[in-house]
Parts: sequence; structure tokens; C-alpha cells
Amino acid sequence: MSTKNFLFVNRKTPYGTVYALEALEVVLISAAFEQNVSLAFIDDGVYQITKGQNSKETGMKNFSPTFRALGDYDITKLYVSTESLAERGLTVDDLMELTYEDADDDYAEKPSIILVNREEMAAMMAEQEVILSF
Amino acid sequence: MSMLHIVNKSPFERVAFESCLAHAKAGDSILMIEDAVVGAVDGSIFSGKVKAAMSDKTVYVLGADLAARGLEGKAIDGIVSVDYAGFVDLTANNDTTQSWL
Repeated sequence: MSTKNFLFVNRKTPYGTVYALEALEVVLISAAFEQNVSLAFIDDGVYQITKGQNSKETGMKNFSPTFRALGDYDITKLYVSTESLAERGLTVDDLMELTYEDADDDYAEKPSIILVNREEMAAMMAEQEVILSF
Repeated sequence: MSMLHIVNKSPFERVAFESCLAHAKAGDSILMIEDAVVGAVDGSIFSGKVKAAMSDKTVYVLGADLAARGLEGKAIDGIVSVDYAGFVDLTANNDTTQSWL
């Protein structure tokens, strides 16, 4: 099977709609097909990866820990918009520490989150072959 | 006659929250639930509008929805956090309720 650059664009909050959870499910499925997968978090999508999510009282499943597993599926590029964070009064310190073990570098633990501005995000998007937006 | 305004949409995605603030009158109460709770965070580009509303209205946030999004402790000072029972009290203690969907 040929390998393509897949990008999943996340623009929605985690619990108000089902988009975020559905996107994560498709991302995990795509990992099984050994494609070059990246994720983008822009607009309200940045709330999907905030740390300390506790949805117990709402009766909804907290699926944020699943993002920690992405590294094990070789999904190691999570692009986060700096502008989207700033507009919402958030910084990278408000996000979960998402990492992966780099097999090409003696399994050193490296950050998966890549902070990018809009210009860099647009350039990254332009390099993709398949884009799925949620 | 006091009114409870319930808003459930992110102010960064829809104009419902902004429209709610524009129509609420002095003495009214505003309750943020579901995705609207992201509007409670201090330091966002929307927080100035919430602070302005707080000069003559009482603003509440459903704590469970704030916690679900990892935003506990980030709300603007003066926003009152309520639980589900508090939500019920607000609907009971106001003359009318308007939901901004």
C-alpha cells in the first residue's frame, strides 16, 4: 500500500458535540493502515487536549487520555495553533504533555505537540494529500 | 421581573453568547453551560464582554461542564460556579428563563 500524508483537522470542543470523539476514533483506525498521519488543533479544537479534564459529573466519558496513546501508534505530529490558544486565554502549559518514543533515537521521549502559527499551519496543510476535517 | 439566560454555545464558534449578552438586562442572571463555559475563562478575547456584563448582571457557570473541559480554576473572578442543584434553583428563583441555543 502506498503511503500518503493524512491530516485530521480538529476544530470543535470535546464534549458539546460528537465530532471530537468521532475524529479520534477515525485517527486510531487510520493508524492501522500505516499512513503518515498528522493532527491539527485549531479554533475550539485546542480544548480537546487541555490537561485535567474531569467529565465525571457530566456523566460523559473522558476520552482525553486516549490522546496519550497516539504516540504508540506512531502518530507523533500534533500541530497546535498558537493564535487559537492565545485567543482563548490558554498557553501550552494548559495542555496535556503528549509524547512519543523515537525509535530512531534510542527511544528517547519527545514531545508530540508542535506549536505553530497560522502561517506555519497553512504551510503544513499545503503539504497534505488527504485532509479530513472535524 | 428577573430573567435567567442560559447559553450553551462557544462564543468562539457562534454568535449566540454575544447576542445573549446584548439582550440581557440589568439585574438578570446569565448561566453558561456545555460549550458556553469556555467563555468563562479569564484572559480570552471574549472575557472583556463577560466582565462588562458582570457590572450589572450575575454570571454563573455550571462547574461540571467547566471541569469536563479542564478549565476549572480558570474562570473570571466573580463568576459563580453552580452544580446541577444550583442550576435548578436558578430556574426556580427567576421569573422567566430564556435559552440561547
